[in-house]
Formats: sequence, structure tokens, C-alpha cells
Amino acid sequence: MDLRLPSKVLEHILSFVDSNEDRNSVSLVCKSWFETERRTRKRVIVRNCYAVTPEAVARRFPEMRSLTLKGKPHFADYNLVPDGWGGYAWPWIEAMAVKCPSLEELRLKRMVVTDECLEKIAASFKDFKVLVLTSCEGFSTDGLAAIAVACSNLRELELRECIVEDLGGDWLSYFPETLTSLVSLDFSCLDSEVKLSDLERLVSRSPNLKSLKLNRAVSLDALGSLLRLAPQLVELGTGSFSDKLDQEAVSKLSQAFSEMKELKSLSGLWDVLPEYIPLLYSVCPGLTSLNLSYATVQMPNLVELLTRCSNLQKLWVMDLIEDKGLEVVASSCKELRELRVFPSGAEGLNDTNVAMTEQGLVSVSEGCPNLESVLYFCVQFTNAAMITIARNRPNLKCFRLCVMEPFAPDHKTQKPLDEGFKAIVERCKDLQRLSVSGLLTDKAFEYIGTHGKKLRMLSIAFAGDSDLMLHHLLSGCESLNKLEIRDCPFGDTALLENAAKLETMRSLWMSSCCVSFGACKLLSQKMPKLNVEVIDEHPLETRPDSSPVERIYIYRTLAGPRLDMPEFVWTIQKNPEIGVSHLAIK
Amino acid sequence: MITELEMGKAESELELGLGLSLGGGTASKIVKPGGGGAWGERGRLLTAKDFPSVGSKRAADSASHAGASPPRSSSQVVGWPPIGSHRMNSLVNNQATKKEDDGKKKAKDDETKDVTKKVNGKVQVGFIKVNMDGVAIGRKVDLNAHSSYENLAQTLEDMFFRSSPGTIGLTGQFTKPLRLLDGPSEFVLTYEDKEGDWMLVGDVPWRMFITSVKRLRVMKTSEANGLAARHQEPKERHKPV
Repeated sequence: MDLRLPSKVLEHILSFVDSNEDRNSVSLVCKSWFETERRTRKRVIVRNCYAVTPEAVARRFPEMRSLTLKGKPHFADYNLVPDGWGGYAWPWIEAMAVKCPSLEELRLKRMVVTDECLEKIAASFKDFKVLVLTSCEGFSTDGLAAIAVACSNLRELELRECIVEDLGGDWLSYFPETLTSLVSLDFSCLDSEVKLSDLERLVSRSPNLKSLKLNRAVSLDALGSLLRLAPQLVELGTGSFSDKLDQEAVSKLSQAFSEMKELKSLSGLWDVLPEYIPLLYSVCPGLTSLNLSYATVQMPNLVELLTRCSNLQKLWVMDLIEDKGLEVVASSCKELRELRVFPSGAEGLNDTNVAMTEQGLVSVSEGCPNLESVLYFCVQFTNAAMITIARNRPNLKCFRLCVMEPFAPDHKTQKPLDEGFKAIVERCKDLQRLSVSGLLTDKAFEYIGTHGKKLRMLSIAFAGDSDLMLHHLLSGCESLNKLEIRDCPFGDTALLENAAKLETMRSLWMSSCCVSFGACKLLSQKMPKLNVEVIDEHPLETRPDSSPVERIYIYRTLAGPRLDMPEFVWTIQKNPEIGVSHLAIK
Repeated sequence: MITELEMGKAESELELGLGLSLGGGTASKIVKPGGGGAWGERGRLLTAKDFPSVGSKRAADSASHAGASPPRSSSQVVGWPPIGSHRMNSLVNNQATKKEDDGKKKAKDDETKDVTKKVNGKVQVGFIKVNMDGVAIGRKVDLNAHSSYENLAQTLEDMFFRSSPGTIGLTGQFTKPLRLLDGPSEFVLTYEDKEGDWMLVGDVPWRMFITSVKRLRVMKTSEANGLAARHQEPKERHKPV
């Protein structure tokens, strides 16, 4: 008697299973479940584009409609990955054009996307609906025009913090009059001015438009007319908020804001003048997300705004908010889940606002019971503050503290910040992401290794005394998935000792540490399932084994060594002439 | 096959799978194959050897990472603080606009601007930058928290040469006292004044010093040509060559 679940029934059941994590589990049950699952998966996420080949993905998931890819390592955001390292979208787009022409959605992060890529997308995927590019580069506004003109069912076009060659604002005018399906448009990272009349026409013929994020070049005046055309917006990113408007224009704008009953998310607000802040009051009670991180507004002006945002869940702001402003947040924004405070000075230490200290974060941790995600840039910090924060908020999931002064100790006791971070990892049992900074010794990492059992991502800079620290982390943090380290005295021994651990992680990045060339070679020999990339702009042929390498990027992969490595990336497979390690192995 | 690491009971002795063994003790420094010593030797901190331009008369623009980066002020390191490039560009634009505005409206405030600095309309008191030759990362020190040259020298010594157990000073190599102000030493303490001249610290009364100092530099004695040798003529002022 065949006891297997008929595949049609299983398919029907699986149509209710959305989460890829669950689907991955399903696919491990048995061969027939693997088959049914793979034939029905619509949304595929590949978090390291070099971990697997495009062909393998296309083969496994023929019904794929949505593909998400991530390319460069996270530290590329801070210019630590040289240009030309890799992360090219082209091979993926080319492969999918042939094997998955029904692809509808593409979400790329930290990848190199060229105009050819965009043209290929426009030409190959007849029902293309969603393009979201985050921190991508390599394309120009011409590529955007190609997407605009050809994708007749386009729903989402979002460019988040991309580096785009801006050849002008014409691209927007390429959206045909027949395009009425737009739901989301984000061109906030572009510089050039788009033609206002074309933008207005686009907005008026898009009844489903829910999210509109303008660039800085869109004036305050223009904003008024756009809002009147789209009062249904749920997410708004304004342009520049600083033109001088006459009284009539101001009252029209105020009226337009008060008509926006659905607005939940507000961003942009570049150069916002204090006298225009009251324009926003009417939408504040409905806001769940407010991004003021580009608004150079001082604390007193912020207070009035924040006291009205009683439903706020996400707040991004600059340190201009000061401790006093964060106290207001603590008392007014009881639903707050995520807080990010960015520095207001370009030179970091030079111009940072000294009226914002560790006390601000302590206040928020006291007043906001749902706070679970923190990114905080501050000049200095104290252990006592971190201990208090940990006690107040054991529910923290993400704690990223950037003490901007490297090696800064607790500024009250002059001790290292070990005890503070110990409290965080000890009390916050669900902590998944942690960034540490300030003066830290071996002890801090011993604590993290002992207590950080759910930690998945850890970022370290300018810390530590010795190799023991890396050893504590790799042997202690069971859930560790991504580890990125810069400028720490971590070296060979811990790395080689814990080589097996690296196969259980997505990736490890180490730059300006003490990893020797010989260790890299040895690791490559021992661990064939890892790609061990030495990224070093000086030639390696004549280097002795003991010399340290500039950067090392290690990731697990099923695809083997990649074929698109530039000169300055060395692997044992690409450069066999370098030879094997001469490290003594007993 | 790399074997599991076994931690000894004392936690100070480690048997490594590769057959390398560590010495005991609380310092927990690992001896690397090839006989490396303290990480400072070939660690990340850039020494004057790596960058011939470091230690030149102009402290500004001399400290930068290998790998080209756009001109930046001294004591800046690539990718620090970790802010994405979009945000960084935006901040730099804000600075430029602010400086223009400040320049137009507040020209006469420049004279009083040395130690007290206007940031976003608020007065920031006392913090000035300190750089040391051979150390890429600068520090900041609050002059108002010090009452004398001796105080200041002690703070700087602690900052750059701290060598208490479990911590490492920025250079990691030196354990003897600095003695910046008196007697022969490998380093001298210099400062840039309002006029942009570099002087030896200690020439003028403390109060006068804190109103005229713009920033400090711990300079190698060998580089301090043109500045008066302290033990010979402490009262003379010279401009650096």
C-alpha cells in the first residue's frame, strides 16, 4: 500500500507555507518532499551570490518568480572592499533570462548592476514587476529609462542608497502613459531634477501608489502638488524641505498633509527648516516609522514633533537630538522597537555633538518596553550605562554600539568596556546581532563566547589583545553566521584551530588583522568547501609565509572558486604558482 | 584533520590541534609560528616605516591607510566611523554649507574659536585633537579638564603609552615613561597655535597656552628640527623649517 502523501495534496499544503526556513526543513524530509517543495517554491533568497551558481538555482527552482541576491560583504559599505572585487549581477540575469523567463521580482543588495543588466531585465522578463536595488552600483539613469519604458506591468522600482551615474532626470519621462500599475517608487538617491509635470502625471495615473520617495531635488512647492494627487500614500519620502514658501503655499501644504490619513512612514526631510516642522504635526500620530537621519534639525524643534508621535515603532535620527530629545522619545514613543542615532559630524570626532551621551540611550531603554533594535553612534560610553540598558531591556535582539573614538575606555572609570558588553550578552538571551567598540580586552570576547549563544552576526573593530579572542568567539558562539573584523590582533592560530566552524557560517571577513599568508594557504588546502579569498593590493608571489595579508574573506560555497576574480584577489586555485604553505605541521 | 582544541584547566595553557603550544601565564599572548612577538610588531597600527610621509613636518594629511582614499583630515582611517557613503556625503555637504554660513556671518568669532568651537550653534569647550607620529588614530583631549602642563603630559602618556595588564596602549611597544616635558626623550610635545605655527609645548604660561592652542602633536625628537631644543634654550621660539 502506498502510504505517501499524493504530491498534489502536498503541493496544496505547501502553498500555505511561505517561510523559506520552513520550506528548507520540508525539503529535507525525503526525496519526494524535496521534489514537491522545489517545484512549488516561488520566492528564492540567495544571501551570498557566490555560494551557489545561477544555473544550479534555476535548475532547482523552475517556478521561481522572485529572486533576492546579496553580493559584497557588509564592510563594502565602509569602503573596505576595493572596487572591482566582484558581486556582478550579470551572470544571474543572463541565466534567469534563459531558464526562468517568468521571473517577476528581483531584489539585489551590494551588487554591481550595469545598464546592460537593466536592459536585459527589460527585454527578457515579460511580466516583470519588482526591482529593488539596495547599495548597488554600476548603472546610470539610462538603465532606469530602459526599465521604465519596457516593463508595462511594473509595480515597484526602488533605489536605496545606490551609486548611480546620474545623466539627468529624463529617465522618469520614459514611463509610458499606459503604465498605471505603480505601487512603489523610490529615487531618493539620485541627484538630478526630474520633470515635475511628468512626475505629476505618473502619480495621478497610479491609483495603487502606496510608497513614494522623492529625491532632494524635488522642491517643497512641488511636494504640495504631489501630495494632493496622492493622499493615499502609506510611505512618503520628501525632497528638500527648505524653500521659502509664501503663506498661501504653506497653508496649501499643511492642508495636503492633513488629508493623508494612511501615512505610516515619513523620510527625506533634507535641510528641513524649523518653521516648517509644524506642517508635519497632523501626520505624526499615525506614523510608525520616522527617518530624520538626513534632517539637520536641532533638539528643541524636534521635541514638539516627537511628543506627537505616540505610535512610532522605528526612529532614525541624528545625534542632534541630544540626551534631552531622547528623554522625550522615552516618554512619548512607547511603541518604539527600533532606534538608530547617527553622528551629525562628517569628521566623526571633530564635530560630534557632545550633548548626546550614553544617557540618551539609557533613557530610551527605560521608557520603551518594546525596544529591541539599537544602532547608536556616540563619542564615549560607560559600563554602568550598558549594564543598566541590559537590565532594562533583556528583550534586545540587535545591539550595535559605535563608540567613535577607537580604544575609548569607560569615560568615568577609564576601564575597558568589557563589563558593559558582558551585561548585554548575559541578559539579552535572544541577541542576534552585536557590534562592539571602544576599549576591549580578551575578557569581553570570553563573555561573548560564553553567553552569545543566539548571536548570528558580530562586528568588531579596533579591539583586543590576542588571538584568544577570536578563539573564544569561534568556539563559543554556536549560532554564529557572519563575523566581520577589522583592525584587531587576531591571527593564524585561532583561525586554523577553528577552521571547521567556518563551514557552519556564511562568511568571515578580516581586514588589517594579523593573518599570515601562510595561514591562508593552509586553510585553503584544508577546507575545500570554503572559498578563501586573500584581497591584497600588493603582489603576493614573493611574500614570505609569515607576512600579514591586508584582507581575507572566507565563505562556504557549493560553487567552487569563482571565475570573475580581479588581480588583487588571490586564491589557492586561481594562483597555484604561489604554492603550498610552508607552515610546520606536527 | 584538524583536531578539537582542548582547554587546560588553568585556561592558560592550550593544546592546539596543529601541535603548537602556548606558554602559560595570564598575559595570554599567543606565540605565532615564525616567532612573532606582541602583535604590535606587525599588527595593524601603521608605523613610520610603512608611510614615509608620516612624521613629516605637516601632521595633517599624513596618516592614511594603504589603498587610496580621498583627502581627509589627520587621524582619519578608511571606513571609520562606519557610516555608509551616502550618509557621509550628505554630512560633508552639510559641513561645507555650514562653514560658508559661518564664514559669512561670524568672521569676527574666529579669534576666539581655538579651544572653544561652535558646533551647530552650541559651544564645544576644550576638546582638541592629539596626534602622535607613527600612530594612525588620533585622540581628543579636553584641555579644560587639565590645570597644568604636567597634568596634560600625564594624560597623554596614559593615552598613548598605557601598558597596564590586559590592555594595550596605542603603540603597544613602549613601557617606559614618556617624559614629554622634561629631560631627553624619544618624543616631544608640540602644538599648533592660532597662526598655524608649530611650537614646543611649555614655552608660555598655561592659561595663555590653552587660548592659543589649536591642536597637539607628539612628535619624534628627530623630526623636531627648527623647534628649540628644550634643554638648551627653552624660552626661544622658532618656526619649524
